[in-house]
Amino acid sequence: MHCHDTGLKIDIPDGAKKIVLAGNPNVGKSVFFNALTGLYVDVSNYPGTTLEISHGKYGDDIVIDTPGVYGISSFNDEEKIARDIILGADIVVNIVDAVHMERDLFLTQQVIDTGVPVIVALNMIDEAERQGRKVDVDLLSDLLGVPVIPAVAIEKKGIEELKANMGNARPGHIEPELHKKLHFLHDRVAEQGEALLILEGDPIVAERHGVDPGNDREEIYLMRRARVNDIIGHVVSQSKEGVGFGALLGQLMVQPLTGIPILAVFLYAMYKFIGVFIAGDVVGFTEETIMIGKYEPFIRGLVGQYILEDSALGTILIGEFGILTMTVTYILGLLLPLVVGFYIALSAFEDSGYLPRIATLSDRAMSAIGLNGRAIIPIILGFGCVTLATIVTRLLGSERERRIAVFLLGLAIPCSAQLAVIAGLLSKVAGAYIALYALVIFTVLAVVGTLLNKFLPGESTDLLIDLPPLRLPRIDNVLKKTFTKSYHFLLEATPLFALGALLIGILQVTHLLEKLQGVLQPLTVGWLGLPKEAATVFIMGFVRRDFGAAGLSSMPLNDIQIIVGLITITLFVPCIASTLIIFKERGRREAFIMWPAILATAFLIGGIINKAYNLTGSANGVIGAVLVVLIAAIIIGKIPKGKSRVISGGKTYVK
Amino acid sequence: MNLDKCRRGQIVKITSINNSDIRAQAIRFGIAEGEVVRCEQIVPAGPVVIRKNNQEIAIGRGLARQINVEQISG
Repeated sequence: MHCHDTGLKIDIPDGAKKIVLAGNPNVGKSVFFNALTGLYVDVSNYPGTTLEISHGKYGDDIVIDTPGVYGISSFNDEEKIARDIILGADIVVNIVDAVHMERDLFLTQQVIDTGVPVIVALNMIDEAERQGRKVDVDLLSDLLGVPVIPAVAIEKKGIEELKANMGNARPGHIEPELHKKLHFLHDRVAEQGEALLILEGDPIVAERHGVDPGNDREEIYLMRRARVNDIIGHVVSQSKEGVGFGALLGQLMVQPLTGIPILAVFLYAMYKFIGVFIAGDVVGFTEETIMIGKYEPFIRGLVGQYILEDSALGTILIGEFGILTMTVTYILGLLLPLVVGFYIALSAFEDSGYLPRIATLSDRAMSAIGLNGRAIIPIILGFGCVTLATIVTRLLGSERERRIAVFLLGLAIPCSAQLAVIAGLLSKVAGAYIALYALVIFTVLAVVGTLLNKFLPGESTDLLIDLPPLRLPRIDNVLKKTFTKSYHFLLEATPLFALGALLIGILQVTHLLEKLQGVLQPLTVGWLGLPKEAATVFIMGFVRRDFGAAGLSSMPLNDIQIIVGLITITLFVPCIASTLIIFKERGRREAFIMWPAILATAFLIGGIINKAYNLTGSANGVIGAVLVVLIAAIIIGKIPKGKSRVISGGKTYVK
Repeated sequence: MNLDKCRRGQIVKITSINNSDIRAQAIRFGIAEGEVVRCEQIVPAGPVVIRKNNQEIAIGRGLARQINVEQISG
């Protein structure tokens, strides 16, 4: 049997129950999930999104994870998915953060209101106690009408009790007034959960039943909020205000005076870790020693027994750009360690609760380019994978913001694979050149963003974001995220790399590459001041951006050539995968404008920097010129648009 | 007064929020109209961070301007 009602393709054996884990972001759902399912976990993509939903077996039953949400409705993809999975559940295990019950119990009560059997795991009860919070668990259970199990999941406390009480999950108490409303709709909508969401004005659920969405959202929300506040008033006793080191650090992180230096320290540490340690030491070993030293001679020897290396097929398979030589070396020797390194850093940021604070800190600056602080999340994710980040722009509040963010991601944000290669190349040049590179990319981002904000019609939305408690990132969580993300990256990247290598191999066999290098000479040699072989790098860049950047490292270039090459390849059109995503997300018309615009901007800026260097004769001269442009852009950005701002679509950050 | 005019440490009561989606989102976070919150932090020219018990929420400056509050203390 397929699990149609959740929208997921999961095989559910006959008689198996669907146990759904639900909770707010960062409450430790994944720890419970792992404790219930053990090692064997499947991950499936939710149709039409890149959100991955994990599911596994618990005894004869199926456990399904959901994205962390604050409530279930249609505010964003996470909520829609969580909503559909919860509505199709046999049992909901609701994980509640004992420190944040005011926030979390809203979802708890909403899930209870859907009528599904619920069991609550009150997680992080130890942290609440340290903060002087006492929770009367029995009373909470009585008031909610469902079992409540206190737990400290990372110490495995409460897991056995949860398992033992799973069968006691039951529908909880609903406000009599809401019950009446639901009953009223009962004739037309059989399922209580669906009826609830229709009353709450959920347009999608209403459409499924062919009825008009209700207007009672606010009334029901306020009733639920009052109920939750009342419950908390009865069950929680706070003996002291807990302002620990974490709270203080959290405050320092959002104030520019302290927050910017803190961010700089984190970014520097990230650079040291990824740009120096991984890109240098680790890749030196994996790429040079293992892949080029051991693997390539081996595969050449093996294939060479049957196919001559300088035959056409040999060139394609085991030549300089061979599918079995270069592709495998780049993917396993170069990209894999870099991508793993990047995901470790990003997952640690995510897990610690630092990301929404960066959003708060950067809100002012982001509003200058027509975005709000929330957009820092796709931008930072873009440094991981532009394809993923482009999809994540859906969390932004308006079409206008999505348009700006997608364009900037495609243009000025290098993805992790590319960034790591860039960091590696930058370590070869003098400090002034590194500054020049960073300044140019930043200026392009600021200038293009400011111009888009100035000339694109419409209004952007304002920031409204939850600041979760700061926590030390948990290693197993970070490693798990790193593993799945890196694995998916390899799955996605490998065929595209092979395709690219095949393309390059064919160009080489047919000597088209030399001809193209000649054709593109005015652009590469004349305009950008690079060797004509750089054309190969750009063609590779079409296939995958990091492929292009990696190609630069094998060419003998001087400092300014490296920088011009890097600037051009950074701004250059995104890889095939993200190009396809841009078309999908933004529609053909818009993408057909974006794509050539990005391409033209890349060559324009690269060439201008080359010419400016020839004119001024030093990196410092070019830096001065770029600074003037940047300051001009900031001044233009300061001039108000002269319209009042309208807001819409308050939403939270992505998990 | 509006929330963006708050000073750090002030305790205020939220009297109205002029946008229904934001209002719904705010209720989920526990900052419905009528709630008493503390202005935890003001980022210069940026968001206002308000706190109710352990719940902290950052609100963009433009949005804070649309939230009417009443000063309780501080």
